[in-house]
Amino acid sequence: MAIKTNKAIKISQKHLLGIQDLSVNDINYILDESEAFIKLNQSKNKKIDVLRGKTQINLFFEPSTRTQSSFELAGKRLGADVMSMNMGNSAIKKGETLIDTAMTLNAMHPDIIVIRHQDSGACNLLSQKVNCVVLNAGDGRREHPTQALLDALTIRNRKKKIQGLRIAICGDILHSRVARSNIYLLTMLGAEVNIVAPSNLMPKEIEKFGVNTFTDMKKGLKDCDIVMMLRLQNERMTSSYLSSNREYYEYYGLTPDKLDHAKSDALIMHPGPMNRGIEIDTRLADDINKSVIKEQVELGVAVRMACLKIFCE
Amino acid sequence: MKKQYFINAKIIDPHNSINENGGLIIGENGNIEAIGKKVNINNLPTREKPTDLKGKYIFPGIVDMKVFVGEPGYEYKENFRTLSNAALSGGVTSVVTMPNTDPIIDNVSIVDFLKRRGRDKSKINIFPCASLTQNTDGTNMTEFGLLAKKGIIAFTDGLKTIQNTRLMSRIMNSAKDLGCLIMQHAEDYDLAQNGMINSGIIATKLGLSSIPDIAERIIIERDLTLLEKTKCRYHISQLSAGRSVDIVKERKQNVKFTCGVSINNLSLNENDIGEFRTFLKLSPPLRREEDREALVQGLKDKTIDVIVSDHKPEDEESKRLTFAQAATGASGIETLLSLSLELFHNGSVKLETIIQALTSNPAKILNINKGNLSIGNDADFCIVDINKPWIVKKENLISKSKNTSIEDKKLQGKVTNTFVKGIELFKI
Repeated sequence: MAIKTNKAIKISQKHLLGIQDLSVNDINYILDESEAFIKLNQSKNKKIDVLRGKTQINLFFEPSTRTQSSFELAGKRLGADVMSMNMGNSAIKKGETLIDTAMTLNAMHPDIIVIRHQDSGACNLLSQKVNCVVLNAGDGRREHPTQALLDALTIRNRKKKIQGLRIAICGDILHSRVARSNIYLLTMLGAEVNIVAPSNLMPKEIEKFGVNTFTDMKKGLKDCDIVMMLRLQNERMTSSYLSSNREYYEYYGLTPDKLDHAKSDALIMHPGPMNRGIEIDTRLADDINKSVIKEQVELGVAVRMACLKIFCE
Repeated sequence: MKKQYFINAKIIDPHNSINENGGLIIGENGNIEAIGKKVNINNLPTREKPTDLKGKYIFPGIVDMKVFVGEPGYEYKENFRTLSNAALSGGVTSVVTMPNTDPIIDNVSIVDFLKRRGRDKSKINIFPCASLTQNTDGTNMTEFGLLAKKGIIAFTDGLKTIQNTRLMSRIMNSAKDLGCLIMQHAEDYDLAQNGMINSGIIATKLGLSSIPDIAERIIIERDLTLLEKTKCRYHISQLSAGRSVDIVKERKQNVKFTCGVSINNLSLNENDIGEFRTFLKLSPPLRREEDREALVQGLKDKTIDVIVSDHKPEDEESKRLTFAQAATGASGIETLLSLSLELFHNGSVKLETIIQALTSNPAKILNINKGNLSIGNDADFCIVDINKPWIVKKENLISKSKNTSIEDKKLQGKVTNTFVKGIELFKI
């Protein structure tokens, strides 16, 4: 299958570190390019050679299932040589710093490094020290740009637009890089964004990003076109943010009665992995008429292929 | 030593309320023999060759109340020799060193070592602090009385805060009995937990955990409440928030205590952190511009007594990390005076107030005979070309560590000569 490239358009950034660095044109360019890869991924022969001869290193300092496999598949389908490093077993454990690891890998002349790290800004630091392109696969609680892009692609595919939609992002906003990237992207593309979270999980001055904030989920979901649920990140919680999971589910879990406040054709999204029965009712998660969670995963590969191709050019 | 004569200087000595054009005579023993307007070319014997300062300023040697030295334990970051050279280039002739070394300065035997090293390796006056609690672990207090007899002039856990209220109350009782000065780094750990920068839009944007300004306020209010009951010599090391200035101002009307501010918090705000500049990871953190303005106002109206450098040398390896992993603190003793002068040049604070906060005020709080140009005292002073422009460059810094918070900043005003006990130890 031939992939057409719009040669006239160029991306404004060297690296993909965050949505906040991108322009509206950049975002639309990536989303448009992704469309072709959706079809490619559904066809029999899924492999092309636009990245043949290129080396992609996936540097994952945090455990990840979908993002890591998605980036790995994306690279392989584009013909790149992909190496995934699980940094749990690496020299970092022996006391090597991120910069030294970066310099070591840089000496092997990779073309792309995909990095996931528990510290905010790790990808920025890396990008200053290596010669190749750096794609951020999630840094601390700061940004997860490809997740926001795949979410946008999913919304655009289903609703045919993003501008003017009312989108609720609900749950653990404080610890969520997905929320931050989505807020930047969706507000940039003209959506109205409602943030729903208990005060303990609401970041300070988040309203300055141009969003509406709600602690009452029913009010926050009112007339929404999209309900985006986030995972409760218990591993990042160092002290008592919540009384219990069951109380959280009662007030902030997505249940049919709360969803009734959204538009009747509202779609449910979740970046995964899900805590069923904590932030989302398991029937809603699997409701094929409402939930687009599996589609998000599918489109994730396409978006990452587009990013690899665009940033590698 | 030969007698030395200086004429045509502008002299500011807040301790003696001197702010006039005049000269300075240093006696043969390195003491100040005469000072002020009466020292001029018409009153000097013709055989003497006075140095004409041509309108440069003479300030008392700066007393920097908060300095970290790497010795013992972290000599690769800073030792007494490098600290003293860095200090002299900035007009600082007396420093109060923090006890956060390895080992911690918490017992009498290590104080002897420290004083010997300070005396042998340093050309400036070193006043070491001992910790408030053993190993700065916040549980058992140190021997204030015995340590004070060995020459310790103040007690602080430096980087750390006494969290336990009962312990703080007991520390204050002991300090009162023994007449000791205690200095608190005000931060409630439960509120500040894992925090790296100020709470607000910047922290949210960078995705960094944050330290709210109430973490400072709660410790200040707690300590001042205890202080009302037990009136000891109490000093808050550094304020960082506008609200803290309000509280200090209000409470100073009823209870006696003092407080300081770091030159970093007076000159920079959280926006300077930009994209994860680890050299600006400080404790207390840089806060909003409104907070910075309130601190400047607090200095101006003398709510804040002291400006410190909060000089914390860190080697490059401790800073070339992600923001979360990077060490806290910035080097700053060499730029303390020049950066403080920015507040004078931009019309925010009177020159005399700035010099007071750098010399006579800290000396008074510490109860040491430094930071003044009184006749008969050691001639510790600096000569400053107050308009000389210069640019802060990492490679030109004298300190062993180069983690300046103001790399490439253009400053106006530079120390040209520094004297300790009448001996010129620094000269451009």
